Amino acid sequence: MDNNYNTIIIGAGPAGMEAAYRLSVFGIRTCLLEKEAETGGHLLKWDRIFPEGRKASEILGFMRKRIESGNITTITSARIDSIRKKAGNGYEAELATNEGKKTITADTILIACGFKLFNAAKKEEYGYGIYNRVITNADLENLFKTNSTGSIIGENRTPAVGFVHCVGSRDEKAGNRHCSKVCCATAVKQAMEIKEAYPQATVYCFYMDLRMFGRHYEDMYLEAQQKYGIRFIRGRVSEVSEDCNERIVAKAEDTLSGKPVKITLDMLVLMSGIACNPDSGKITGSLSIENDSDGFIKYADSIFGQVKGPGIFTAGTCTGPKTLPETINEAGEAAAVIYGYLKGNSNNF
Amino acid sequence: MTPDINFGFGLSKSSRINLDNADNEKFRELAAREPDILKCMACGSCAASCSAGNFTELNLRKIILMLTRGAEKETVRQLESCMFCGKCILVCPRGINTRHLIKSIREIYCRPCAEPETGNGI
Repeated sequence: MDNNYNTIIIGAGPAGMEAAYRLSVFGIRTCLLEKEAETGGHLLKWDRIFPEGRKASEILGFMRKRIESGNITTITSARIDSIRKKAGNGYEAELATNEGKKTITADTILIACGFKLFNAAKKEEYGYGIYNRVITNADLENLFKTNSTGSIIGENRTPAVGFVHCVGSRDEKAGNRHCSKVCCATAVKQAMEIKEAYPQATVYCFYMDLRMFGRHYEDMYLEAQQKYGIRFIRGRVSEVSEDCNERIVAKAEDTLSGKPVKITLDMLVLMSGIACNPDSGKITGSLSIENDSDGFIKYADSIFGQVKGPGIFTAGTCTGPKTLPETINEAGEAAAVIYGYLKGNSNNF
Repeated sequence: MTPDINFGFGLSKSSRINLDNADNEKFRELAAREPDILKCMACGSCAASCSAGNFTELNLRKIILMLTRGAEKETVRQLESCMFCGKCILVCPRGINTRHLIKSIREIYCRPCAEPETGNGI
């Protein structure tokens, strides 16, 4: 079999899948690599996507259909043992796959290795991994997917549920100075979903700033307040403990009233943020491109994006937090730039 | 009968808000009558434009906040300074009819018009 491609795409999450599809339309032959057994990346873990609450499985199904193309070779469970520039032009990667070792070559590389969800157990004061009723945003999506929120909340039809924004984001001590961008909208979405499932629930969001920046996101905030009666408390939860009934007691400052608040909860959801994928360092290291101090891959230009190496491109959250539509857009843009590059138009920085 | 052993010390009342008790009947009645109270995002426009607020403790942003936290005593007393001029309606970005809201708060929380309460009201 021919192992020469126009582009190797590293990561078959939304960015990699969309770029592969766009490139296939241009007639560009790509090899789409995924380290997990399935394509889809973080979309696999999510139940619904803001702002409209579309099913992640539906979006993923659509994207998977689009990469069924003769121009795309998808290899899952693939491990990149080495990747390097060939003498002359192009790149070479050695892979370990289910079918054994394999060497592939290509003219260009698209890095779309995405992000890692912040490990909430690092914020010990929130008790993730210690108290059963403390879960993360990803855990809650899984509970929604499997229709099993009752496994945490129990039979209580009037539960109190809290959401903690900015877990591992805007937190220098946790090593992430940046805002993860998507968690505010996700928290508001999940808070409303809890109210859908438990109309009698009392739901609190503990936020530092509400960053509802995108189109229709502010509408979500208004809907959460008006239709669902979600209570927003400006203040970061400072400590979490368990009472004798194994319910969660959370403390925070209500910074708008300047008073400390205490609340007993049946479930506490930590909004784990977008952290850099540590694996991206291995790839960038062997390709002589840089990562920033925050661990994300460095853009060559703060306005026009892209990276410094000739024939190396990026898409999606490997260069910082992005929403799903932003990721999709950047993947399409990367495909256009790669197409131009292969046609001899070098607009690299 | 316990002997009086007051040595001149006392426990200070906690200023902490216990959200477990935030849902009271009066607030539910208020929210049913004035559903727009839930739309407040605490921007402070009403308090900034308030004529009475320049001279008294009146602060509608804080009043709404404290009512949603189940703490009412001190805040309701503040409303006595309101002159119903309605400037706060003009500036509210969420379009809350604040003057009508104040009227409802007074009707629900001051029924029958309560004696001014003392203490920190939390």
